[in-house]
Amino acid sequence: MLSKIVRTVANQLILFILVFGLYVIAHGHLTPGGGFQGGAVVVSGVVMLLVAFNSQELKKSLRERLLTIMESTGALIFAALGFAGLGTVFFYNFLVGSPIFGRIPEPGPNPGDFWTGGFIPLMNFAVGIKVIAGLSAVILAIALFANGEEMEE
Amino acid sequence: MEHVAHNFPFLASALLMGISFYIVIFRKNLIKLIMGIGMLSSGVNLFIVALGYRTGGNAPIYTDVPEGPMVLSVPQALTLTSIVINVAVLALMLTMVVHIYRHTGDIDSEKSRKLKG
Amino acid sequence: MRQVVGLILLLVLVAFLVSGMLLIHPFGDPSPSDMDDYIIENAQEETGSNSVVASVVFDYRGLDTLGEATILFTAVTGVLLLVRTLKRKEESS
Repeated sequence: MLSKIVRTVANQLILFILVFGLYVIAHGHLTPGGGFQGGAVVVSGVVMLLVAFNSQELKKSLRERLLTIMESTGALIFAALGFAGLGTVFFYNFLVGSPIFGRIPEPGPNPGDFWTGGFIPLMNFAVGIKVIAGLSAVILAIALFANGEEMEE
Repeated sequence: MEHVAHNFPFLASALLMGISFYIVIFRKNLIKLIMGIGMLSSGVNLFIVALGYRTGGNAPIYTDVPEGPMVLSVPQALTLTSIVINVAVLALMLTMVVHIYRHTGDIDSEKSRKLKG
Repeated sequence: MRQVVGLILLLVLVAFLVSGMLLIHPFGDPSPSDMDDYIIENAQEETGSNSVVASVVFDYRGLDTLGEATILFTAVTGVLLLVRTLKRKEESS
């Protein structure tokens, strides 16, 4: 465990890193970014917490059962969105034109509108949750394994 | 010489791949081998993105884009997939190196060749 | 002996790479590609998103992203499986 200044600064900074990561995930259809990139930003914040605190302290907050449930939920939502458009083809964009996310932007350069994009924002959220949960579990497991313990059941 | 100076990003990618081939052939420490494989994946990803560049082009995103042609967009999507797959393979390799160190007590690739027990 | 064979192999690979990089199309001038021109023209009205890269990753080539999500899931499962076996071996021996 590092000194008191490092622990206090890490406790305050994790909130801003989490909000920035969720911003990159949510605006994947308007700006560069998306599910995978935003997930990598949030996981780097978790690595900062792992360096500042001990891995024993982090094991009390991130339980393994919650992380595996989150990862499986993300994968299931992704596959279900692919199957939902099966009336035409597999992976058909069935939300273009419908009132949920279905506006069509003006052609050419324009300032972006958030409620466009079909099912692309929903898939970005599913992939973002999957990447956050999966890579956090891998990093915590390797850090505990190198010290001699293992994750709980 | 004019042709060589104009194609410089491709030669930079070939330099990265050449250095990582030297590491994989001639070094014995397992951690250095893993670093060489990571550098090889960086060289290949740079080559794929540099293939699709148009001179004076902009990023292929329509939000507030200036005038001009756009670069090709399919190589950038393929590079995204390649980076994620390389991260997954690197995580598995690091776990196996920790297992080898527990089992034999040494991270030399010549000594961990025989599997026993 | 191993050093000589390794050196010859390295020189052959580097010569192949450098000669290949000098023979493909010049940097900044790719050969005309109909697929990329069609995707840049029609991505805004068919998928409804401003970002062409996002619509290529999730709509025009969605099966590649499905395969990549499967690889990520398999890698996480494999790592969490490999970390566990040490305690079982110590308990049973």
